[in-house]
Amino acid sequence: MLGRGIIRGLIETGRNFCGSYHDKERLTTVQYPEEKLAPQENARTIPFLVYDGNDPVAGLRCTACTICEQECPPQCISIVKDTVKKPDYLGKMQLHPKVFDIDITVCMSCGICAEVCPFDSIKMDQVFELAQGKRSMILHKNNLAKSNTYFGEIHPTEAAAVNEARAEEVRKAEAKKAAQAAPVSA
Amino acid sequence: MNALDQIFVTIQHWLAGLAPAAVQPLVSMLLIIGGLMGVFGGCFALTTIIERKTLGRMQNRFGPNRVGPFGLLQPMADGLKMLTKEDIVPFSADHILHFLAPVALTVPVWLAFSVLPFGRNMYAIDLDCGILFFFAIGSTSELAIFLAGWSSQNKYSLVGAMRAIAQMISYEVPLVLASVPVLIAASSLSLPAIVHAQSGFALGWVPRWNVFTPWGIAGFALFMIAASAESNRCPFDLPEGESELIAGYLTEYSGFKYALFFLGEYLGLFAVTGLGVTLFLGGWQAPATWLEWIPSWGWFALKFGALIFLFIWVRATLPRLRLNQLLNFAWKFLVPLAVVNLVVAVAWWQSSVWQFPGALEVRWLLGTVLLAVPYVWLGRAWNDVESAPRHYRYAE
Amino acid sequence: MSNPRPATIVMLNEIAFYLTAALVLIFAIAAMTLPRLVHCAVCAAGAFASLALIYLELDAEFVAFAQLLVYVGAIAILIVFAILLTNLQEADPQVRRASRSWVVGVAVAAILLAALGLPIITTPLLQRAAPAATAAPVRDIGEKLMTTYVLPLEMIGVLLTSALLGAVVIAMREEPEVKTKVTRPTTPALERQEELTPR
Repeated sequence: MLGRGIIRGLIETGRNFCGSYHDKERLTTVQYPEEKLAPQENARTIPFLVYDGNDPVAGLRCTACTICEQECPPQCISIVKDTVKKPDYLGKMQLHPKVFDIDITVCMSCGICAEVCPFDSIKMDQVFELAQGKRSMILHKNNLAKSNTYFGEIHPTEAAAVNEARAEEVRKAEAKKAAQAAPVSA
Repeated sequence: MNALDQIFVTIQHWLAGLAPAAVQPLVSMLLIIGGLMGVFGGCFALTTIIERKTLGRMQNRFGPNRVGPFGLLQPMADGLKMLTKEDIVPFSADHILHFLAPVALTVPVWLAFSVLPFGRNMYAIDLDCGILFFFAIGSTSELAIFLAGWSSQNKYSLVGAMRAIAQMISYEVPLVLASVPVLIAASSLSLPAIVHAQSGFALGWVPRWNVFTPWGIAGFALFMIAASAESNRCPFDLPEGESELIAGYLTEYSGFKYALFFLGEYLGLFAVTGLGVTLFLGGWQAPATWLEWIPSWGWFALKFGALIFLFIWVRATLPRLRLNQLLNFAWKFLVPLAVVNLVVAVAWWQSSVWQFPGALEVRWLLGTVLLAVPYVWLGRAWNDVESAPRHYRYAE
Repeated sequence: MSNPRPATIVMLNEIAFYLTAALVLIFAIAAMTLPRLVHCAVCAAGAFASLALIYLELDAEFVAFAQLLVYVGAIAILIVFAILLTNLQEADPQVRRASRSWVVGVAVAAILLAALGLPIITTPLLQRAAPAATAAPVRDIGEKLMTTYVLPLEMIGVLLTSALLGAVVIAMREEPEVKTKVTRPTTPALERQEELTPR
């Protein structure tokens, strides 16, 4: 029959219309800002610094090696090393940064800093509601430091792998120390 | 005929009575004009938000719901935006015509509301040839579209304007032809008389609206299709749809003039919808005597709202027609069907004197067959033409 | 018949007529004298609309709305389409008038006015008092068209149909199958390839 396609189309949209009132799954709209979609694990926006435990100063993993500062393509990281050394998770004395600034208006979210960091101390965060009234936004060390539990919440698999690797290294260091403390019996 | 039914007429008479006797007709007419502009202006605002929300629901999403409760204050936000936008006129544009075009579009459309009967005794003027006035006024708005396209000094808007005019004059023919059987049935051109001719009930319970006859159904469908084409509405919104690629005749308009164009388009839609309700759906009459407690203007509003919903529904469903498809559809399909509809209507009226038992069924059968055969035949014929492989003249 | 109308109404009617007549004349003169062609066309449409107003003043509603529908809704659009399709460039014709001095123009216009005006003024029709104008109901017009004047109506219909057919035939004949040579931008490699594979 002529017009059959039109009638079928009208029935379909009519069904959409009536269904949208009593069938909440039809409406796939996420009404931001009241509802938000959870970001996926690989989402990344700006970097942040990881600290172990509860103390953002003592537990900060960053050793101010400045690899990320050198590798960053738009050069948005600026680091000033501190002269005092502190022990890291393995007991070795490491430097730490006095000043760690990231200009997030320059940062291009490439994640190279997180890729090259040998200490798993700088990772990519997922916050995107960064809009401000200022023209430049520099985040300092105290803004950037976030705990390892937070890292575990936003990147579960990666955090689990990092935690596993660090625990393995701790175990190896302990085993070596135990082997050194108890000398091989002749 | 209760007080609620006539409440607007009563208010108008009372307010006009407050004025000195010499200017009472003028004041009375001004009250009607003010009332019409207020009601249909508000209707325009309401229709924009209802259309957007309904389109959203049909597309499995919410419509605008941020501005007021359920987004009902969205027209206020839209109006404010339109008013505060900068009114840019191109340097080489024809300033006089550029200014006149939205005015020339909107004024005839406001005029068209003056002959529609919105309720019992609720019409602005009872012209002897009301329908002719309506169609004449509708055809003057095409010149305004040309003015808009030409004055922009932009070849894209000129082409868009020519296409829009071609579309509008093509669809005037089925529009008028589809309403001619109604004039035959009512034997008058005046719209309140047409509404009166549809009063009463056949078989005791079926109202004598024109849509409940074979030619009425076909005529109503033709009228609705031609009406949506006349007011540049989906699926015939080629002049608007060109805004996606190259802007149509609305390119160089911004701010309030753009708002006036949209006002004119929606008001044109309301006017032809009102005419459709009057011609085919029995105007302000209730479908059954026990439903007459709803006032006559309430019935008009309900039918009007149903037709507007139908337009929105069709807009959400159908894709846009291309220009050649559009024009072929008008001239090769709708016009022959409208002529056949006219013949069937005349046959219906001539055969209304048949009194043998089963006459009504025979007449219905005859009317349906006489309409269905050309419909199927024309559709098949043009389907084959459309589905044939196309030859592109310059590509070979 | 209608009772004699009060003097104020008659005077208002006369004022309305003079105003509308002035409007027609202004639009007509503007249609002749404006420099830009599209403005002339729009003023012509305005003149048609003002004529419709005059018909309304004569209580000839059917003729007035038919005038609007046909002249403004179709003929004015025809005029603007003709302008569009033939004059797509800047529409500022610096046309020289037919004669150099304006005296000749005035003389021709005066002769034409006399030739047309004298018979109109001295016609015996104007000597009779105007009958009380009644609005002709559309039904009467329809009946007259279908009974007394059916032959002119059908002849006009035949004439219009033949004109339409003629226009279609002319338009169709002016469009031969032109195989235009499509020139595409070529590079030396493409040209060499086209030489090797002749079409």
